[in-house]
Amino acid sequence: MKALVPVKRVVDYNVKVRVKSDGTGVDIANVKMSMNPFDEIAVEEAVRLKEKGIVTEIVAVSCGVSQCQETLRTAMAIGADRGILVETDAELQPLAVAKILKALVDKEQPGLVILGKQAIDDDCNQTGQMLAALADLPQATFASKVEVADGRAVVTREVDGGLETVSVALPAVLTTDLRLNEPRYVTLPNIMKAKKKPLETVKPDALGVDVGPRIKTLQVAEPAKRSAGIKVADVATLVAKLKNEAKVI
Amino acid sequence: MTALVIAEHDHGALKGATLNTVAAAAQLGEVHVLVAGANAAGAAQAAAQIAGVSKVLLADGASLAEQLAENVAAQVLAVASGYSHLLFPATAHGKNVAPRVAALLDVAQVSDITKVVSADTFERPIYAGNAIATVQSTDATKVLTVRTTGFDPAAASGGSATVETVVAVADGGTSRFVGAEIARSDRPELTAAKIIVSGGRALGSSEKFTEVLTPLADKLGAALGASRAAVDAGYAPNDWQVGQTGKIVAPQLYVACGISGAIQHLAGMKDSKVIVAINKDPEAPIFSVADFSLEADLFTVVPELTGMLP
Repeated sequence: MKALVPVKRVVDYNVKVRVKSDGTGVDIANVKMSMNPFDEIAVEEAVRLKEKGIVTEIVAVSCGVSQCQETLRTAMAIGADRGILVETDAELQPLAVAKILKALVDKEQPGLVILGKQAIDDDCNQTGQMLAALADLPQATFASKVEVADGRAVVTREVDGGLETVSVALPAVLTTDLRLNEPRYVTLPNIMKAKKKPLETVKPDALGVDVGPRIKTLQVAEPAKRSAGIKVADVATLVAKLKNEAKVI
Repeated sequence: MTALVIAEHDHGALKGATLNTVAAAAQLGEVHVLVAGANAAGAAQAAAQIAGVSKVLLADGASLAEQLAENVAAQVLAVASGYSHLLFPATAHGKNVAPRVAALLDVAQVSDITKVVSADTFERPIYAGNAIATVQSTDATKVLTVRTTGFDPAAASGGSATVETVVAVADGGTSRFVGAEIARSDRPELTAAKIIVSGGRALGSSEKFTEVLTPLADKLGAALGASRAAVDAGYAPNDWQVGQTGKIVAPQLYVACGISGAIQHLAGMKDSKVIVAINKDPEAPIFSVADFSLEADLFTVVPELTGMLP
């Protein structure tokens, strides 16, 4: 069975982003970029399924500018067998990415598509579900445990209040939650090997997908600042402040 | 313009998040509510009583008993024509279903809106809440998920909507419910609590977490929360996690004990009215958002604080 793993290049999770002063967006020039943390978990899960003999080939996919190649190389260093870059300079929204992935699912016929549950830049949490809808596949989102057997995936999902287990017929779309696994570190020999793995580049047009944005960003602003707080010396002062000033207890 | 709210419920009763979503929908026009479930007449009755709701659609069938995304999305689609807006609460359930509906309608979805600017323009946080984007949807139907802490809940009584029964969809058959482990708790629900006591890695163990924080939470009538570090270390269950990837909360009072205040944690709690931080590290970033900071060892001051409360 083939696994398709979409990965996104995003601003590194440790970077504190700044809003551009003209309100057109977030300043991402010269900041560190890396693979979306949830996507690393997705690649790791695919690699573990390959190590168990369930998955035979892992195809990593990234959509965006040419620098996304680096993200694909990282995925290949973790253990993906080959990469596909859908190259475009256009601003891609989840619906467009889902349509691109749908075209690739049609072409590659994977048994499993494993995505991160959300990207930490747009915080959308949509692409996996949209892909499942477009490809008419069942979905198991926010997965914290995956077992594949007998043409089905039994997936434990993180839901509000606890856990839920569903069984989905393959092919299916899974999205990863943080607790699914701990991604491995890439080693230098694997980084070198990853450079030799095949990386194919296609354009959205070649896949017949219109990537035009449906949502216009009118403005990006800083969130309201909290006014500076005070340091209290001891617990008695804290209790007094909470009672008399803030009136919250 | 009519907006359809997809209710979150346990078949017998509505979940609180539905009320906040109705409040957001009320800013857009007439509000209808869809209750898709099995033996869900109780939830439909509750929905009919929400102030501002003019019609409740009840789809009652076995296919909807487990709230599987495939079936619920098909049900929403079956009734979606004629609505200008489809709104879901931005809970695990809403996030699971809404994008599926949007893709089937071939429209973009706007996630986690915190403000309705106009019928097609909304505010939403991006980059873990470090920026607020104002976005305009160009699609005919707007599919939205609503950040519940961004809207005050609609009144649960005072309405008198009619309940109309619609045909429930057939089971899609590709997905099956196996089981659930839902944690039972007598405490207020984390996302709806007025006061939250939250602990981080500094608690050191699951026993200490319970021993130190539970008495304080009991005294305050508070819900318990945790940072990702505490959850990953096994000190607290997963569904207590507050942050970008956990729950987004905005209580009246948030007490952060032994939490450093990483960007991802702040994303989940920085809209709280009053934040108290207890940490022995004077450089902890949590102090930059706290209204009241106490630089001390939590193992000493939390019991002391508990003792001083009435």
